Amino acid sequence: MPDKTSNKASVAVIGAGVCGLGIAWRLAQAGRAVEVFDKGEAGRGATWAAAGMLASGVETEPGEQALLALNLAARRLWPDFVRDLEAASGIDLGYRDEGTLVVAPTRDDAEQLRFTYEFQRGLGLDLAWLNGAGARAREPHLRAGIAGAVYSAADHQVDNRQLALALKTAFLRAGGILHEHCEVTGLDMEAGAVRGLWVGEERHRAETVVLAAGPWTGALDWLPAAARAPVRPVKGQVLTLGMDPLAPLLTHVLWAPKIYLVPRRDGRLLVGATVEEKGFDETLTAGGVYELLDAAWRPLPAIEELPILETCVGFRPTSRDDAPILGASALPGLILATGHHRNGILLAPVTAEAMARLILDGETLPEARGFGPERFARRKLAAAV
Amino acid sequence: MPDDLIIADKTFSSRLLLGTSGYPNRQVMLDALEAGAPEIVTVSVRRISLEGYAESMVDLLEGKYHLLPNTAGCETQRDAVLTAQLAREALQTPWVKLELIGDRETLYPDSEQLVLAAAELVAEGFTVLPYCGDDPVVCQKLADVGCAAVMPLGAPIGSGMGICNPYNIALICARSPVPVILDAGVGTASDAALAMELGCAAVLLNTAVAKSRDPVAMAAAMRMGVEAGYLARRAGRIPKRSYAEASSPQLGLIGT
Repeated sequence: MPDKTSNKASVAVIGAGVCGLGIAWRLAQAGRAVEVFDKGEAGRGATWAAAGMLASGVETEPGEQALLALNLAARRLWPDFVRDLEAASGIDLGYRDEGTLVVAPTRDDAEQLRFTYEFQRGLGLDLAWLNGAGARAREPHLRAGIAGAVYSAADHQVDNRQLALALKTAFLRAGGILHEHCEVTGLDMEAGAVRGLWVGEERHRAETVVLAAGPWTGALDWLPAAARAPVRPVKGQVLTLGMDPLAPLLTHVLWAPKIYLVPRRDGRLLVGATVEEKGFDETLTAGGVYELLDAAWRPLPAIEELPILETCVGFRPTSRDDAPILGASALPGLILATGHHRNGILLAPVTAEAMARLILDGETLPEARGFGPERFARRKLAAAV
Repeated sequence: MPDDLIIADKTFSSRLLLGTSGYPNRQVMLDALEAGAPEIVTVSVRRISLEGYAESMVDLLEGKYHLLPNTAGCETQRDAVLTAQLAREALQTPWVKLELIGDRETLYPDSEQLVLAAAELVAEGFTVLPYCGDDPVVCQKLADVGCAAVMPLGAPIGSGMGICNPYNIALICARSPVPVILDAGVGTASDAALAMELGCAAVLLNTAVAKSRDPVAMAAAMRMGVEAGYLARRAGRIPKRSYAEASSPQLGLIGT
């Protein structure tokens, strides 16, 4: 039985998505020996299918005020994070700051949007109401007759695939070790504490193991019951259309009922995403594609001329309350950083920061308080009134 | 509440039925259910994979609530019956909320297919609770074929317009041999109270809670609205008068 203690890895990370890689990079930067394990290729899970919207404003929903504080903390970290990571990796992250538009094609939609807008403004978010003409002044290809729109200047975007590549590069440059196509098959336990992990017959010792397996978190049958967290895969189908980069149809991130469109500088236009409770079903379906194209065509009819460059099916790592699970598990030595639902890209920097702080100093970042896995166990279902 | 709600062979102390769709997230849904305290909750039946689930909707709700599967989105008798049969296998319950949509824009029920499907399901041993129009004749036919309750709409599904034809709802309640559950259209707590004042046995709603700014508070409001309306109905509304009638004695006034 070969024992890989010789490399003296002090931290092992399971999952090479943006969260796992981000944590690993920060720890490697701080001088820790870090190994990352992924059952496939780095950045090819939930990270790959994401759209890279850093939308802490317009996506805020009722009952998620605690998450909003974390999202806003994440948003504040982004500009410095981009600068640091681009310098460390030499890779352009495709960060765009034109902002986000949410449009209401019909009067019923406008009523609904106004209701959401007032709720979000009430939380102190900086959003602006635009009439149809105002929306079309920002995006001339929007369908005439748009009934209203909300503009968020602070909801930016990043190219999620470039982000993963940059994190991987920076991690490797900082001396980290990445094991791709290397599926973890168990935890190495000693006296009730996690002391490393197993890949088949191979043992990798580590003082701390970070579980960042995203949507697969709930499907790891070797994970002891005490460390399990309520994370399920929520399927999404996404299309990529091709715009002329010199004359793009869209420059802002655009939301319309049941759809988002994200324009990249190279001309790619991401159209997503379905929301399906279908486990790990990887099928691209006619109904899914139809739903996406129909919903995208309504606000932006000119897409009908665009080529379809790519189709993609991915899985959001969705926790019971749609908020991430960040913190020590009930098993000593095992830390969870998973369950980011739709916010994995936005939260990658704050996740890296919070987990690095926890592992290096034993401190919990103030914004990350309340997001530990214990909340599901102790949460008393409080009845209002 | 003084009296229990009886549907088929089951007794319920809550007269609020809640749906489980469209909440911001599952935790908010669970908290809203806790606040609304329904005993019956509806779940839609869909093709899903059970693989890879950390927790399914059923895991979260089973044991705590009486699950009422619905045939939401079905457009033909055949689809609705098949969905009900699958639900019976999956959830081990013969109860079904029968929903048969006749028009995609208004989501109005297809009354003709509804009565046929209800009869077929009753014959197969189902306890059928049909979502139907606010038409006393259709409600009578549904009761005649053996439905355990009738569930007329107050307004189109998800519209939040309240009870658009209170006269019809009152008429249905006055004549129905089975419990009348107002289903669809409720926008706020006073709509739920009105349904009960009109004589409904219970109220079923979803969007008004799930899409409100505070689903947990709205669920509590709905619970209280249903209770208030039920008690008011039992207490008896005074007749309306055209002119004022002082509540204080008119004799012995101070002054002239």
